[in-house]
Amino acid sequence: MELLFAVTIGSLYAGALYLMLRRSIVKLLLGLGLLGHAANLLIFSTSGFRRFAPIAAEGRAPLPGEVADPVPQALILTAIVISFGVLAFAVVLIKLTAAAAGTDDVDSLRTSES
Amino acid sequence: MGGLVANSNVLVLPVLLPLAAAAGSLPMGLVWQRRWAIVAVTAHLCVSLVLLFWLARGEVLALQVAAWPAPFGITFVGDTFSGLMLANMSLITWFVIAYATASVPENTQQLAFYPLALVLLSGVSGAVLTGDLFNLYVWYEVLLMASFVLLTLGAARTQLEGGLKYVALNLIASAFFLTGVGWLYGSTGTLNLADLSRRMEELPLTLPRIAGVLLLFVSFGIKAAVFPLFGWLPASYHTPPVAITALFSALLTKVGVYSIIRVGTLLLPSPPAALVDVLLCVAALTMITGVLGAVAQTEMKRLLSFHIVSQIGYLVLGYALYSVAGLAGAIYFFLHVSVAKAVLFLVAGELEHQYGTTHLGQLGGGYRDRPMLAVACFIGAMGLAGLPPLSGFFAKLQLALAAIEQEAVWSLVAALGVSILTLFSMTKIWAEAFWKQAPNQTSPRASVSWAMRVPTVGLALVTVLLGTFAEPLLGLSEQAAEQLLDRSAYLRAVLGGS
Repeated sequence: MELLFAVTIGSLYAGALYLMLRRSIVKLLLGLGLLGHAANLLIFSTSGFRRFAPIAAEGRAPLPGEVADPVPQALILTAIVISFGVLAFAVVLIKLTAAAAGTDDVDSLRTSES
Repeated sequence: MGGLVANSNVLVLPVLLPLAAAAGSLPMGLVWQRRWAIVAVTAHLCVSLVLLFWLARGEVLALQVAAWPAPFGITFVGDTFSGLMLANMSLITWFVIAYATASVPENTQQLAFYPLALVLLSGVSGAVLTGDLFNLYVWYEVLLMASFVLLTLGAARTQLEGGLKYVALNLIASAFFLTGVGWLYGSTGTLNLADLSRRMEELPLTLPRIAGVLLLFVSFGIKAAVFPLFGWLPASYHTPPVAITALFSALLTKVGVYSIIRVGTLLLPSPPAALVDVLLCVAALTMITGVLGAVAQTEMKRLLSFHIVSQIGYLVLGYALYSVAGLAGAIYFFLHVSVAKAVLFLVAGELEHQYGTTHLGQLGGGYRDRPMLAVACFIGAMGLAGLPPLSGFFAKLQLALAAIEQEAVWSLVAALGVSILTLFSMTKIWAEAFWKQAPNQTSPRASVSWAMRVPTVGLALVTVLLGTFAEPLLGLSEQAAEQLLDRSAYLRAVLGGS
């Protein structure tokens, strides 16, 4: 399981970087999406596949058996919602930019730099 | 005076007030949104000043939301550093919002400008007051979402292209941030900054922990626009209406540096020598590349955008020196640079409003048309360049003394050289826009309303006051720096007990 996770997260990061280095604006967007997923999965993997126990009130017996830490799952729930919202904004922005500039080549978007 | 008992519940008000006001003002018409926003920002300013008054006494306030004890619940913390930051940012936002009522075009204001500005203020306050790494991420996203929309409000082509770079780079920074958070949580098992600080000291510095902290630094570095991660800033900051740029320069990049200092002092109480060297280099290169970019510009707003980058270098330098004197210099520099920068942006906005351009070649004769504006610009420009007796002089003097104390000679040389180049480009602005003869084709286009004039002059006055009261403010900065380096009060306030 750990190995599968490591390989998946690694390929997501690599794929995201590769896509973001391309010149097409759409690939930049896809790369950003993948990057968010990679980070979320990485946080998920820190719950440990059989390590920390959830918080229990003092004096209560801990849960029996092996349990994963629920905190990272709560964290990525937040992170997923946020990255989804931001990505939705980015989609609209990229569509408007491409329409205004008449191109999808990132290198030619230079009117704001001169 | 001492009769007022500090109440840590107030810590949540700077976050809640603007957020609630933003939500409440969404259904209103523009006129009421404007009044509502001014009331909300005034209330925010009052709360911030009360907080600063309490925090200046040197105690650290901590609020555990819903009474969940420290490492588990959500924590808000206020110390002298965050109090100073909050009051400073709130004050500038107040002036800029007042200025925006007259300077931002009506049809842009109608696109929920005021609610967005309030959300931005709320996010910034949250980021400054939070005591929890993941909440820092959440507040960052709150302020980023607001800034994304503010930057592209009106959707002109340059705004969209600049906005695209800004959004893409900041999304990458957020992903880095999350990755760093993941590694730190995985290797220490906590996200509460105070708890993390304690565990980072107790546990050995293993690779995941170092990598986690470094990833956070890179992420904050992108948001703060340090060398070599600043490319998005001069490409995007000059595109929206000037009031929005002024708001960004006072709030956004400064939150990045705030986080570097806050997280850096908490998580790496004794930074490795190699990291310090790298940071010193980064600081010097940020100053130099920023100012060189500025010197080459002839458009006032772009010139000022490059100067934002250059000034960030001084702030990073203050952190990299890692001494009470250095951090105090950085904190006082914060107060000074946000105000001086805002003055200059507001001046640029007035020039644009009056003459329809901010290209220095096409401006001129401003001293004859607008003597008060010329004086405000002069004060802002000379303050930024660091001429005595203005605030920039004391800020740079403090940093220079700290650099001598730490024997960082090259940083000192870089800082002084950059000051001269700053002076050069500031003189250029003043001489071109105000002193030289007006080129024939420009004549005053529109009259400028008092709602724009008063905030500009008001902020210039604040610059003078910062210089006049340099001694008490430097004293406060020093107290804040001592608190940052000796973390015991912070840890005790958050974690309780020992």
